[in-house]
Amino acid sequence: MKRHLLSAADLSRDDALLVLDTADELAQLANRPIKKLPTLRGRTVVNLFFEDSTRTRISFEAAAKRLSADVINFSAKGSSVSKGESLKDTALTLEAMGADAVVVRHGSSGAPHRLAYSGWIRGSVLNAGDGTHEHPTQALLDAFTMRRHLGGSVDGRRITIVGDVLHSRVARSNVLLLATLGAEVALVAPPTLLPVGVHGWPCSYSYDLDAALPKSDAVMMLRVQRERMQAAYFPSAREYSRRYGLDARRFGLLPEHAIVMHPGPMNRGMEIAAEVADSDRSVIVEQVTNGVSVRMAVLYLLLGGREPVEVNA
Amino acid sequence: MTGTWFIRGAHVLGGKPADLVVSDGVIADCGTGLSAPAGAQLLEASGLIALPGLVDLHTHLREPGREDAETVESGTLAAALGGYTAVFAMPNTDPAADTAGVVEQVWRLGAAAGYVDVAPVGAVTVGRRGETLAELGAMADSAAAVRVFSDDGDCVSDPLLMRRALEYVKAFDGVVAQHAQDPRLTEHAQMNEGPLSGTLGLAGWPAVAEEAIIARDVLLAAHVGSRLHICHVSTAGSVELIRWAKSKGWQVTAEVTPHHLLLTDQLVSSYDPVYKVNPPLRSEADVLALREALADGTIDAVATDHAPHPVEDKDCEWSAAALGMLGLQTALPVVHEAMVETRLLDWAGVADRMSIRPARIGRLTGHGRLAGDHGLVGDDGLAGDSGLAGGERLFEVGAPANLVLYDATASWVVDPAALASKSRNMPFAGRRLPGSVVATFLRGRPTVLDGKPA
Repeated sequence: MKRHLLSAADLSRDDALLVLDTADELAQLANRPIKKLPTLRGRTVVNLFFEDSTRTRISFEAAAKRLSADVINFSAKGSSVSKGESLKDTALTLEAMGADAVVVRHGSSGAPHRLAYSGWIRGSVLNAGDGTHEHPTQALLDAFTMRRHLGGSVDGRRITIVGDVLHSRVARSNVLLLATLGAEVALVAPPTLLPVGVHGWPCSYSYDLDAALPKSDAVMMLRVQRERMQAAYFPSAREYSRRYGLDARRFGLLPEHAIVMHPGPMNRGMEIAAEVADSDRSVIVEQVTNGVSVRMAVLYLLLGGREPVEVNA
Repeated sequence: MTGTWFIRGAHVLGGKPADLVVSDGVIADCGTGLSAPAGAQLLEASGLIALPGLVDLHTHLREPGREDAETVESGTLAAALGGYTAVFAMPNTDPAADTAGVVEQVWRLGAAAGYVDVAPVGAVTVGRRGETLAELGAMADSAAAVRVFSDDGDCVSDPLLMRRALEYVKAFDGVVAQHAQDPRLTEHAQMNEGPLSGTLGLAGWPAVAEEAIIARDVLLAAHVGSRLHICHVSTAGSVELIRWAKSKGWQVTAEVTPHHLLLTDQLVSSYDPVYKVNPPLRSEADVLALREALADGTIDAVATDHAPHPVEDKDCEWSAAALGMLGLQTALPVVHEAMVETRLLDWAGVADRMSIRPARIGRLTGHGRLAGDHGLVGDDGLAGDSGLAGGERLFEVGAPANLVLYDATASWVVDPAALASKSRNMPFAGRRLPGSVVATFLRGRPTVLDGKPA
C-alpha cells in the first residue's frame, strides 16, 4: 500500500483485494457486543472537511473510533484564500498537533494531492472526496457491497454507472477500481455529462440506458444536481428523469439477480424512483453500513504498520 | 556610464566574429578588424553571440496596484537580466491602464528605473470591462505614445466593440492585441480540455474557445483593414487560422510564450499551481505546431507573458490559485532549447522573433535595428519569412545601441530565489536551461555586465 490514498488508481489489484478482505474480517466485529479494536490506540486521525458531508464524516469517525484512534473533527467550510484560513495554514496547524492521518474532503480537485505532497504535513492523507476528481473509499465500499451480492467477486461482472459522470468523483474512482478488479464497467449518460477523453477510460460508454440494463449485474445511479440544467447540460429535470432515471419500468429490464446502488444522497423521483430505491434489490442502505468496515480497513492498513507521527516540541 | 565601449569579437546574430563600437548611445561602428577608439572600455566578447536587445510584447509589471507581486523597477531589472531592452507593460493593473494618466505614470516609472524602455499597453475598454472604449487616442497622444491596446487577461469578446476598436486605432497606427478566449466557453475552466482534464476532474479549457475568437477577429481585421495582433497563441488550430489569415495578406501578427514552446498539460497531474496559466498548457501536438509556426514565421514573436504572483496565490489548492508564470529571465534560454537546439531557428531567426518583429509590431523604432533591413519586411508589417541568414547581418550604424551578449555554451539550473522578480512562480525551477545573458546595453549604457546588474 502507498502512504496516501488519493485515487483509486493508487491501489494495485492486490492492494484492493487486501482492503476488501480486511474489511470482511473487520465487518465481523459489528456483530460482537464490543465493537472496538485497540489497533490504533494513541494515533490521531483528523477529519478535515471543507465541504459539508455528514455521512462521510460520520463513517470515517466511526471507523477510526472502532480502531481506538483519537478523532479530531475539523470543519473548515469555505474555500481558502477567498475566505478565512488557507489550506496550507490549516495543514500546518494539523501537523503541529501530530496528525497521523488526515481524512480530507475538499471542493477543489487535487486538494488532497496538495496536502500529501507539499511538505506541509507528515501523516497519511486519505481522500474523502475532492471536487469532481475522486472518492476512493466510496469506490471501495461499493466494490465491497458488490462482492457480497455478486458471488464474492466482481471479476467479470458487468457494472453500469448512470448519470452525471462529468462531475462525479464517485464515478471516476469506481471506474478505476472496478477495472483494476476485473469488472466490465459501462457508463451511461447524456453526451453532455460525459467528460472529453472518456473513450480512453477503462470502460465502455453509451447514451442508451434501456439497452444497457438487461446486461447489468449491478446498476449504480449517480446523483444529478438540478442546477446542472442552468448550464444547459440537459433541458429539464423531467426530461432527464424520462431518459436516464431508473423508474419501475426500467427496473424490470434488469436481470433477476441485479442489484441497485446509489452513493447518496438521492434525488428520489429524479435519477431514481422511490419504489426502486426502496425495493429489496436496492443495497443503498447497506452501502452506508459497509462504508464503516471499508474505512476501518483503509485506516488500519495505512497506519497499522507505520511509526506514529511525533509532535514537534 | 554611457561612454564609449569597444565590444570585441562577438558573433553578431551567431555569424562570424565582428567588433562593435558603442558611443554616445548609438552603434558607432560595426565590422571586422576594427580598432578600439581611445578611451573606450573594452568588453571581450569572443565566443559570445550578439543580438539586438530583446523586445517583449507582453509583460505584467503589476504596478500600480500589486507592488507585492512586482514593481516596474523589479520587473524591468528582470527584463534586463533576461536580455531585454524594451517591454510592453500590460494594462491589467489596479487601476487599469485605461487613461493617459496611468500609462504616463507607468512610462515614467520605467524611465526612472532605467533598465529597459517601458512601453505601456493601453486598455481597449474602460476598466477592461469590455463595455465602452477607453480613450485610446488620449493614450496614443500621451507622453507614453501608446500604440498597442489590449484588455489582456480578458478577451474583447463583444464583436461590435472589437470591430470599432480595430477601426479606431488606425488613426494613430495602433494595433489591438487580443486575448483570444471566449468567456462563455471557459467559465470555471482550469486546464486544457483533453483526456487529462477528464481524469483529474478539472474543468476543461477547450482549444475552440481560443480558436473561435481568432477566427472571428481575423475576419473582422480583414473587413475593416486593420492591424490585429493575437496574444499568447497556444493551440495547433490557432496556428492554422493565423496561417490562413496571413495567406490572404491580412495584417495579422501573433505571439507565443516560451512556456507554451516547452511545457505540456501533463504537468498539471501534479496539481501544482505553478503550472496554472492562461492560456493553459496544451498538448504535445500543440507544442510542436507552435514551434513549427514560430520557425516558419506564422507566429511572429516570442512574448513572455511574464506574470508575477505572490507566494500565497500559488501555495494553495489548484482552483484557488492565480493564473500565470514568470518568464523574463528564462525566455531566451527556453527559446534556445526549444528552437535553436532543435535547429528550428538560427540566431538570426531568434533576433527576428524576439527583437525585430516585436519592435515593429509595437512600433518601437529604436529597437531591433539591423543594417540594411529596410524593405525587409512588407507593408503589412510582418508576413512571410524574415529572409535573415545568420552571419551576414550587422547592427545598423547610427541606430540606438540596444543589444544583448549571450553565452550559448553556458548552462544553469533555474533557482527561483535567485531571480530579480519579486515573485517566485517559476515553472522551470530546478530545470537546467542552456545559455546565459552576459551583458545587456540600453542606448549604449550597460544595464547588465557579467550577468549581473551593471
